[in-house]
This record gives sequence, structure tokens and C-alpha cells, in this order.
Amino acid sequence: MKKLLIYLKEYRKECVLGPLFKLLEASFELLVPLVMAAVIDTGIQNADRGYVVRMCLVLVALGVVGLGCSLTAQFFAAKASVGFAAKLRAALFGRIQSLSYADLDREGTSTMITRMTSDINQVQNGMNLTLRLLLRSPFVVFGAMAMAFTIDWKAALIFVAVIPLLSLVVFGVMLWTMPRYKQVQAGLDQVLSAARENLTGVRVVRAFGREEAEIEGFEAQNNALTHLQVFVGKVSALMNPVTYIIVNLGAVALIWAGALRVDAGLITQGAVVALLNYMSQILVELVKLANLIINITKALACANRVAAVLDLTPSLASPAQGRAGGGGAVEFDHVSLTYPGAGAPSLTDITFTARPGDVIGVIGGTGSGKTSLVNLIPRFYEATEGRVLAGGADVRDWPLDKLRRQVGVAPQKAVLFQGTIRENLLWGNENADSAALWKALETAQAKDFVEQKPKGLEEPVEQGGRNFSGGQRQRLTIARALVRRPEILILDDSASALDLATDARLRQALRSLDYRPTVFIVSQRASSIRHADQIIVLEDGAAVGIGTHEALLESCQVYREIYESQFEKGGGEHGQKG
Amino acid sequence: MAKRAEKGTLKKVLRYIRRYWFFVGLSVVLAAVSVAGTLYIPILTGGAVDLILGPGQVDFPAIGKILGRIGFMIALAALAQWLMSVINNRVTYRVVRDIRNEAFRHLQELPLGYLDGHPTGEIVSRVIADVDQFADGLLMGFTQLFTGVITILGTLGFMLSVNGAITLVVLLVTPVSLVVAAFIAKSTYSMFRLQSQVRGEQTAFVEEMVGNQKVVQAFGREAQAQARFGEMNERLRQCSLRAIFFSSITNPSTRFVNSLVYTGVGVAGALAVIGGGLTVGQLSCFLSYANQYTKPFNEISGVVTELQNALACAARVFELMEEEPQLPDGPDAVSLGEARGRVRVEDVSFSYKPGQRLIEGFSLDVKPGQRIALVGPTGCGKTTVINLLMRFYDVNGGSIQIDGHDLRQLTRKSLRRNFGMVLQDTWLKRGTVRENIAYGRPDATLEEVVEAAKAAHAHSFIRRLPQGYDTVIGEEAGGLSQGQKQLLCIARVMLSLPPMLILDEATSSIDTRTEHRIQRAFAKMMRGRTSFIVAHRLSTIRDADVILVMRDGHIIEQGSHRELLEKGGFYAELYESQFAAT
Repeated sequence: MKKLLIYLKEYRKECVLGPLFKLLEASFELLVPLVMAAVIDTGIQNADRGYVVRMCLVLVALGVVGLGCSLTAQFFAAKASVGFAAKLRAALFGRIQSLSYADLDREGTSTMITRMTSDINQVQNGMNLTLRLLLRSPFVVFGAMAMAFTIDWKAALIFVAVIPLLSLVVFGVMLWTMPRYKQVQAGLDQVLSAARENLTGVRVVRAFGREEAEIEGFEAQNNALTHLQVFVGKVSALMNPVTYIIVNLGAVALIWAGALRVDAGLITQGAVVALLNYMSQILVELVKLANLIINITKALACANRVAAVLDLTPSLASPAQGRAGGGGAVEFDHVSLTYPGAGAPSLTDITFTARPGDVIGVIGGTGSGKTSLVNLIPRFYEATEGRVLAGGADVRDWPLDKLRRQVGVAPQKAVLFQGTIRENLLWGNENADSAALWKALETAQAKDFVEQKPKGLEEPVEQGGRNFSGGQRQRLTIARALVRRPEILILDDSASALDLATDARLRQALRSLDYRPTVFIVSQRASSIRHADQIIVLEDGAAVGIGTHEALLESCQVYREIYESQFEKGGGEHGQKG
Repeated sequence: MAKRAEKGTLKKVLRYIRRYWFFVGLSVVLAAVSVAGTLYIPILTGGAVDLILGPGQVDFPAIGKILGRIGFMIALAALAQWLMSVINNRVTYRVVRDIRNEAFRHLQELPLGYLDGHPTGEIVSRVIADVDQFADGLLMGFTQLFTGVITILGTLGFMLSVNGAITLVVLLVTPVSLVVAAFIAKSTYSMFRLQSQVRGEQTAFVEEMVGNQKVVQAFGREAQAQARFGEMNERLRQCSLRAIFFSSITNPSTRFVNSLVYTGVGVAGALAVIGGGLTVGQLSCFLSYANQYTKPFNEISGVVTELQNALACAARVFELMEEEPQLPDGPDAVSLGEARGRVRVEDVSFSYKPGQRLIEGFSLDVKPGQRIALVGPTGCGKTTVINLLMRFYDVNGGSIQIDGHDLRQLTRKSLRRNFGMVLQDTWLKRGTVRENIAYGRPDATLEEVVEAAKAAHAHSFIRRLPQGYDTVIGEEAGGLSQGQKQLLCIARVMLSLPPMLILDEATSSIDTRTEHRIQRAFAKMMRGRTSFIVAHRLSTIRDADVILVMRDGHIIEQGSHRELLEKGGFYAELYESQFAAT
């Protein structure tokens, strides 16, 4: 939390002035009962109408000055908290940009998004409330008590008893309910995920005729939530009546004590009224304080979550003095990779060399390490052992941005961004002209459907690219990678949603480019990689075979199994003829 | 128009509340009791103050009596207040529970066409978030609307009974605070709208960039992203500042107006005391009324907006709940027993949107045990056929018959029980592995479950899970690879093994070697069963009795492998291209 305060530095002046003006306002408020007491004791006792009116003008003046102070305070508080939140957001966004893939895996992007949005909003609210009210409420409570002491210290002792008692109830109920409200929230989340699950699986639910069981399950969860809500509600409903009892009993005691003191001639009737007024002020402020503390606690929790991200040091950095290589050669030299926190290595002792312009196929089962292998080339992850060389230089020596500009990646998950097709393609290379874009689309087998769109390249892309089919998205991401005319092109299972014919045409087009990138094709399909110059067969992170299709059929058991499972003997023969 | 809609929603809400009418009535009575107590106490206090005139002029026995009465009123008011809160809580959450349960029940009966056409998130948010908002509004309405109105009326009554002139002062000045509050709320509304708009824009951007952070980094777009973010951030800062500052004027302003009321009462009261029309005690009583009189007004205006919001939320839920459910099974619907598996499609036409032609004149005769392969490029509409067979959607024309029964004359449940379905989209329920496999037959024994898992080649990986068959999986639990999920889905069908199958040969997500085994499991499963397969594999396609070739939602060719090759159409082209690549 402390670390976050540096983002408040620029608003130091506002942070002092805001609470200060608020306290001024509170002080004026505290004077009101005294003025009223004077009205009763002096004005009424002496039947001095002029005095009454004058005093009331004083009250109005106090009100006006109070209003002025509080508006000033609100402004400073708003300015500081909004500015603070903006700075924090920018810093957080920047930090997220600098995190490595490994960091992102560990933290999870969805929690990052919550932290960027709702968490920071909470922090902003909390900061605003803190600046405005955190000092004010205790000030009024103790101020009221102090004023009571100036009136009559013996009667004021009742305040000394009432305040702790009230605090005990207010904060006790609050402390008890806060964790329960969290439980309620968790219960609500469960009901929510039950509903979502049911909807996403509606076909399966209906196929198995399980609607009734689903309803039963949902109702059980929903009823449990209701029970919890009612139970928590019962306890938190105690707060108002109990505080009410305490304050009014305090008032009763005040009247009795006041009666004794007045009888003895120590204080006046007006003073008793003033004491009663202070008592009711205290209650109002304590309840406000309790609510404030709930909000601030929430905000603090959010602030800690935000701070946790800001505290992350990116686990991967560009070298201070980089040395870039050139060309499309890729070499793995006894490379192993163990993800942080993972027990077993994901890649073990991989060694191979790809010459510029080669097509390298990477095949293997799920979890065999295919994606891990290609992710090492643009240094998305750091090899734990051995060296990865791209363009003749160790990737750790490359300036990171230069290295990544060299590589075009079409990732497994075909992601497009809101905007137009053109804007998406320009991610590959900001300076590409329309002709270059069309060329990339043509190679990626995306030209036809883009041409059919009414606006062509300017066709809007909705968030996540949901207005395109899976296969279309994949082809657009391939085109995006091609736009940069990379030295090294990585297609990470990015043709999985394409039918075999389109897949084949795509591979053919890649072969006939007017430049020769080194191409890595990761696939589950033997047909996609069988014509590669080199095929790397992975199993459990180890390369169990490296070679051409023919050689591997001879020598590699795993490859043969994969191949045969997809092309049963007869089909395979037929295929070879074609 | 909007008013009428609101009224309609209110009526529907009242229908749900009516079940708890007794409690609602009780709540109103309790509110009245607690308010009466609360209002009576200042009068008693004032009376006591009047007995404290000065040295030697204090009537202790009378004060004691009054204090005793105050004590009783305190207890009464506090008890009534607590009971009222408890009852309000209970009614609100029960009403909400009822609505939510009913909404969920309704979801189970909505046609797939509705569910497919509306984003899941939107429906979920209606059933959960909207209902939750509604609960908040309703609870606040219950607690504060009753007490607020009763307090205002009660205060007026009490004040009038004490002194008419000063009451008039209160009545005249109070509305000013309401007007001020309303004015501020109105003029800040557009600022808040602008704020939430910019905020929404920024959130969408953050979701997009951070959600796909890896892609951003892969293309080295960090700086651009940061720049665009910074621009939005500055805009947000400016409009947030305006919105927050101007709305935060409300409290000080109403407080100021309240202090004016207080002062007005003070002047008028003090002058009245001097004139002899009022006692000091009554003045102190008035002052405390003046302090709390404006509060219920502010609360009520808050409640009204809150209630409007709640009604808007309720309207969204009701809209969902009034959505036409699927045609219920007819009264004479037949329950289909164990089907033989003869499927006849006769001149079927179907489309998702009226006016958009999709499937027309589709006829097909499948003998028991035959295999039908659905072939075509991605997104060609193969799932449409599944939708029709399972009667997720009804045909627009023609008919589909199973063992001679039109689908529409069968109960949905019995029809679907006859199909085993493995889709590419692997849905598992939150629960244990065992519960998931036994989803279609919850009474299956563990042995049967294990048997099915073995048949689906899932047993070996399940055994290696931390708690074996009792490992909890599901949406968030994750931990399973896509391929493993697929295996569980297969095991789920293996357990009940119905007479007809619908299979999606998902090639992209399953481990190639496991896939080989699954292939064998599929083959075993299909033996003697009518099967519809969304086929990707050449061998499956060639072995099929009938191949349906689809493109852009239409069925463009149908026949056996040989027939289609001879025809030299789209299928032939597709088939040739598959292995023509170099």
C-alpha cells in the first residue's frame, strides 16, 4: 500500500488541504449547539429578541462558511483521488505491458483486468472518502465530547461511557458481518456459475434429459444463498436498534445528571439542551464512520491487489547492450525448459538446426511441448538450459524488440482486435500498404472471404473477432504474421480449424512466397507437416525423432503411430500417389 | 409509455410479494410503531427539559416518571425496528429466491433458438446480477419507504400538535433541500453518463489488450497500447473529476439547507418562547425534529431512484421469463422406447431466420445401423443437422421420423435418450469425474463408471488424477487438457450407450495417439448403431453408408463415396485436394 502513495505525490497539496477544510467545516458544525444554548440562556431568559435574531444570523454565517469549506474540501479530494487513480492505472497498465509470458501465466490475465478496472475504481472511491471523511468523523465525535466537557465536565462523563459502548456495537457488528458478506458474495458467485454452466452446456443437459436435476441443483444452491443472506441480515439489522438504545439511554442519563446540576445551580437549562444535541451528533457520526471503514477496508484490499502487480519485477528483460543477428537460421543447442513452479521439464535436451528457408514441422500429442518449443524462438520464455540461436545470435543477446520484429507468429488462439481488418493486419507492420496486405491475405487463403466483405479491408472486426468464423480468424492471424515479411514464421497449430483442402493450399502458398522465411509448422495433423524439410517429433518434451517424413516412418515408432492413426494403411497409399 | 411499462412490472413484482402479504403487513405495522416511538421520545425529552428550569426549580419525581416512559419507548421502538428489518430481509430474499428459481426453471424450457441467439453472459446477468440489484432496491424500498413516509407524516402531526406556526417554517424551508438535491442530480447526470461511457471504452480496451497480452507482446505493440491507454486515461480523469466533484456537492448543499431549517426553527421558536407560546423543552423537541425531518425526504428521493432502477432490473428478468417456451410435448406424445434406429428424413426444409433459405427438400433414408458422414468445409452448418435430429430446433417443413414416428409426436426426453452425443465443444459439469461420467445415468455404480472410462481410454489418466474418480473438475477447476475432457465426454456416452449416435470427430484438440484409440472406441460404439458423424477423417468418410456434403449451410450432395466421386462434384474436388498438397 505504501508503495502506491508515491502516485499521490503530485497531489500532496490537495491531500493536506482537503482534510483541513473538512475539519474547519466540522468545527463550525460543533459550534452550532453552543450558539443555540446561548439563544436559550441569554436570548430567551432576557427576552432579548434582537439577540435571538443576531445569534441566528451567526448560525447562518456558520452555515455559509461551512458550505464554502466543505465545497473546497470536496474539490481537493476529488482532484487528488481521481488524479491518483489515473496515475495508478497508467502505471499498472505499463507494468502489465512489461511482464513476461511466464509472469502472465502465473498471474492470469483475467485478474489483471479486474485489477485494472474495478479494483482501481474502488481505490479511487476509498481515497476520495478517506480524504473527505476519515478525519472528520472521529474529529466530530471527540470534538462533541470535548465541547461537552467545556459545558460541564461531570455531565460530560456520560459521553466517556457512551462513546466506547457505541463504538463497540458499531464496530462489533461490522467486524462480524464483513466476512459473512464475503461469504454471501461467494454464494452469489456460485449461483452465477451454476447458471452459466447450465447455459453453456444446454445441449448436453437436454441431450441427457437432465433438466429437472439441473433445476434441483440450482435451487439447492439458491436456497442456501437465501438462508445465508437472511441470517447475516438478522445480525446486521441489530446495529440500528442497539445504537439507538444506547444513545437514548445516554440522553436519559444526561437529563437526569443535567437536572441534578441545574438544581445545584452549576449549569443552565440551555446547556442541557446543548449536551443533548452533542449526543445525537455523535451517533450520526459513528454510523458514518462505520460505513466509511467498511468502504476503506474494501478499498485497501483492492489497493493491495493492485500493489501486488506493481511489485512484480518482469522476469525477462532486454539486454542492456544487445547484439542482433540476421537471417532466418534457427538453432537449438541442448535446450531444456522447465516452467517456473512446474515439477517436470516441458522440454528436455532439444538440439536441431534449421537453415534459412527451411520448413520445420513440429508434431506430437497434446502437452508434448510443441508450443513450448516454438515459443523459445522469439524468447517468449527463457530456456532453462542450453542456447537458442536465431539469425546466428543467442536470443538472449538480441534486443527484444528487434528479435520479435524478425519473427512472425500466428498463435494457437486466433485473436483479432476490435477495429478493421486493415488495422488488424497492420499489427504485423505499420507501414505496409494495401498491396502488401492483399498479398499476405492471398497467401493466408483469406483473400476470397475478405474480398466478399462489403467493405473489404475496412470491414469492421468486432471484439475478439467474433464476427468471423474460427477458420477465418485463423487465416487472418496468419496473414497478420505474414504482413511483416518475417525471417522466421511460426504457425502454432494455427490451421487446425481449416479443412484439409484449405490447409493444403495454404502450405503451397507459403512455399511459393517471393522471399523465403524459415517456417515452423506446429500441428497435430501428419498431413500438415509431412512435406517439411525436417520434422521434429515430440513426446513428453523430448525429441524422439528428427528427420524427413520418409526417414521418420522408418525410424520413429511414435511418428509411425501418429501417421497411421490418421492415414490408415489404404488411405496412406492413396495419398502418396496424389 | 415508460410509466405504463413500469406499472406492469410493478404488478408482476407484487404478484411475487403477495405470497408474503402477512409479513409485509406486519412490517408496515412495526414501522409505524417504531416511528411513533422515535418521534414521541423528543417530546418526552422536551417535557423533561421544561422541568429543569433552574436552581431549586427542578421537579425530580416528575422527571423520573418521564424518563421511565422514555425508557419504555426506547425499548419498544428498538424492538419494532429490529423485527421490521428482519422481516424485510426475509421477504426480500425469499421473493428474490422465488424469482430466480422460476427464471432458471424457465431457462430449461426455452427453445434453443432463443439461447443460441442471446449471449450467455447476457442471460446470466439477467438471472443473477439484475435480480441481485432488484433485491437491493426492494430491500431499501421496504425499509426506507415505509419508515420514511410514516416519519414525515408522524413528524408533521407531532409538530402541528405542538405549534402550528413553527411547523409552517419547517414546511416552507424543507422543500428547498429537495430541490437542490434534485437539481444537482439532474445536472450531474450527463457527467456520469459521459464518465461511464469513457470508462466502458477503457474497460473494453483493457480487456482486449491485457486479455491478449501475449499477442500484444509478440507483435511488439506495447508502446502503442500504452499510448492509446494514456489518452483514454486522461479523458477519463477529466470527466471523472467533473462527475465526482459536482455530485459531491449534494451532501454539503443539503446539509446547508438543513442548517437553514434548523436556524429558522431556532429563530421562530426562540421568539415564540419569548412571546410565551412555547416552552424551552418544546423548542428543543422542535430542533431535534428539524434535524431529522429532512432526512426521510432525502431518503425517499434516494429510494425512488433505487426502486426505479430495481424495477428496470426486474423488467429485464421478467422479459426473460415471459419469453415463449418451447412447444411442450403434446398430450398424446409417445415415449420412444429403445429405438431400432431407422431414420427417415422427408422433404425437410429449415432455416434459422425466416426468409433466409438454408435447407430445402432434404430427404434421407437411414436403415438401422447405417453410418452417415457429414462432410464439408468449416462452418458449413453441419451442426444444423444435429440440431434437427435432436429436436433442438423444429423443422419448418417436411418431417423427420424415427422408427416411423414423427419427431414431433415423441416426447423430447425419450427421443434424446435414444441418441448418444459427443460434440467438439466439451462441456463438463462442475463436480467429480464420476458424477460427470454418470451424468446420463446418475444411478450407475462405480464399476460401471470405471468400465465406461476404460472403454473410452480415460481410465488411465483418471487414475492419475489427485483423487481419481472423485477429483472435482469443472469450469474453473481446469487442470484437464482439452483431449482429456473429450475422453470424459466419450465415457459419458459410453456409459448409457443409446441406440443412435451423433459424433463430432474433433481432430484438432486430441492427442494424436489417444485419438487413435478413441477411433477404435468409436468404432466399437458404432457397431450396430445408427450413427451420424461430423467427419474429418478420410477413413470414416469412405466407410460411411451415406455422405452428406454441406456447404454454406446447404446440403449440396449426398451419396456413397463411390457415387460422389463418379459425380465429380464438390466432394470429388474436396477429396482430391486433400492429398494433392506438395
